[in-house]
Amino acid sequence: MDIHEYQAKEILSQFGVGIPQGALAYSPEQAAYRAREIGGERWVVKAQVHAGGRGKAGGVKLCDSDHEIQAVTENMFGQKLVTHQTGPEGKGIYRVYVEAAVPIAREIYLGFVLDRATQRVMIIASSEGGMEIEDISAESPDSMIRAVVEPAVGLPEFQCREIAFALGIKPGMIQQMVRTLRGCYRALRELDATMVEVNPLVLTSDDRVLALDAKMAFDNNALFRHPQIMELRDKSQEDPRESRAADHGLSYVGLDGNIGCIVNGAGLAMATMDTIKLAGGEPANFLDIGGGATPERVSRAFRLVMSDKNVQAILINIFAGINRCDWVAEGIVRALRDEPIDVPVVVRLAGTNVEEGQKILAQSGLPLIRATTLMEAAERAVQAWRADTKRNPNLKVV
Amino acid sequence: MSIFLERETRVIVQGITGKMARFHTKEMLDYGTNVVGGVVPGKGGEKVEGVPVFNTVKEAVAETGAEATLVFVPPPAAADSIMEAADAGIRYCVCITDGIPAQDMIRVKRYMYRYPKERRMILTGPNCAGTISPGKAMLGIMPGHIYLPGNVGIIGRSGTLGYEAAAQLKERGLGVSTSVGIGGDPINGSSFRDVLAHFEKDDETHIICMIGEIGGPQEAEAAEYIRDHISKPVVAYIAGLTAPKGRTMGHAGAIISAFGESASEKVEILTAAGVTMAENPAVIGETIARVMQ
Repeated sequence: MDIHEYQAKEILSQFGVGIPQGALAYSPEQAAYRAREIGGERWVVKAQVHAGGRGKAGGVKLCDSDHEIQAVTENMFGQKLVTHQTGPEGKGIYRVYVEAAVPIAREIYLGFVLDRATQRVMIIASSEGGMEIEDISAESPDSMIRAVVEPAVGLPEFQCREIAFALGIKPGMIQQMVRTLRGCYRALRELDATMVEVNPLVLTSDDRVLALDAKMAFDNNALFRHPQIMELRDKSQEDPRESRAADHGLSYVGLDGNIGCIVNGAGLAMATMDTIKLAGGEPANFLDIGGGATPERVSRAFRLVMSDKNVQAILINIFAGINRCDWVAEGIVRALRDEPIDVPVVVRLAGTNVEEGQKILAQSGLPLIRATTLMEAAERAVQAWRADTKRNPNLKVV
Repeated sequence: MSIFLERETRVIVQGITGKMARFHTKEMLDYGTNVVGGVVPGKGGEKVEGVPVFNTVKEAVAETGAEATLVFVPPPAAADSIMEAADAGIRYCVCITDGIPAQDMIRVKRYMYRYPKERRMILTGPNCAGTISPGKAMLGIMPGHIYLPGNVGIIGRSGTLGYEAAAQLKERGLGVSTSVGIGGDPINGSSFRDVLAHFEKDDETHIICMIGEIGGPQEAEAAEYIRDHISKPVVAYIAGLTAPKGRTMGHAGAIISAFGESASEKVEILTAAGVTMAENPAVIGETIARVMQ
């Protein structure tokens, strides 16, 4: 789960990380008021969306007066911000963060991630702050400092000092840097974050160490023990179909093709998408209906897939281990009786109780296209989609 | 001898009183697995499918001589259960549970290193379908009937895609020595490389089939290991050629976030290491059959 910059800063500051003075606003008037409250002569207004690259996309503006803040934010609220991370549809701006501008002397990159090679938390730091980590690793890989945290002990001060000296931080500011690093690590560890990124971390000309931007992502599997983090969820920043699916224990990712997929197991779901492509089609989605695929789950999956207007055929591929094919077949039949759909449906069942499952499908009298192998299923789905496209000349062919 | 599991291996099920655990305990017993007990704190003295339930793993080990365990415990307590098994002297642990927090798994892995290598428990999973040595024993939730006994060793991150491969092999009359699910989580007990090392030493395994997917460095690490240390032929398939970058595809670990983590990059790295690639999931069985000839 992602959170907003202002939320990440608030959390990090509770763990001892320095942040510039700032406040949140839900309207242009409130943004101007916040600036007056904060005081000073220069402010930065930042659109709060769950995506990086906001600066280049016009979501971050430096302002010299409260009038300017009001004018600038009039053009932000309610708009979609399109950055290189949002996709062409962009993300809605409903909150703006107003912050006192600070005199920047140096910018540093600081990232904490779960490193899958060492299976531990890794700290990545670079003196090339403000650049994105992908660009840093491409353009100045030598500037990257890496340190792995021993999970039983946590992050000791010496390791923080090593990083700070390697970044060339002057002795008088080392302690602030140690506190910042340890604060970020503790926040990640105690709140089950999967990522903390402070980019840039700035050293100001008056010798402060401040997180100028902050990003945190949390482990969905651990949210059960952090209700205060769960409250930070902002559904306006999520794809509505994906969040609805997640609420029902289904894992869905929307794609651009025309053949909807309903599969059990993430690996098999990806393999099914690959096979559709190989057979000449394009998958409309990734959808893993998980272990216990009850009839209710199957009909929910149908509704979810059909809510994508581009879907012109559906391929169901279930290899039953924990599932049983007869349950799945019942689910398919019940879902289609309750809510008939007007696109061809190809079903491939395999595994536990496959004969019973096939029998239920055959006896249902529904116009289902059955297949026994994965390749056959993909080919039939593509054929059915093509035939359907011919019947409906208005539908676009990819 | 199979890797990890024999017909005689004494098995317990942690969390045995749950609905799914009961169902699969019965399936495992029917398959011929030597299930000797279960563990659920506070339910010691009960029986499930005729096997005794104990309060602690230590007690189960003392009473039954259990050597292997299947963890069916819900996510909040699963990591604790794995550590309990490691501490009780269990030799092999399969964890089925999906949804264990990553920090918990980091702690589990660190905890297991308390023990010297010769006494350290082997963990496969979590978030996997388990391990089966066809015709001998099954420690997991797979449909046992799709596997024939034979000489193909399977290692896979995805459960159902592993079934797909086994079914394709069966269609051709080919069997499996052991199939091991390493699971779809970013922090897992054993990697492809760890299991490859076991298959290399296993007389019953003549060829190894690796089923990977997008995300993480473990396929690339395996490629290097295969090039330097594996003498047996390896066939691999990588799922997710059509998966977009930066999106989590169901498995917590299936996300392309760095170079070498996309399906096409993994295919390239494995090919360069001398691995025969199955170009699509429908030809995994066919490719293995071809390489075996």
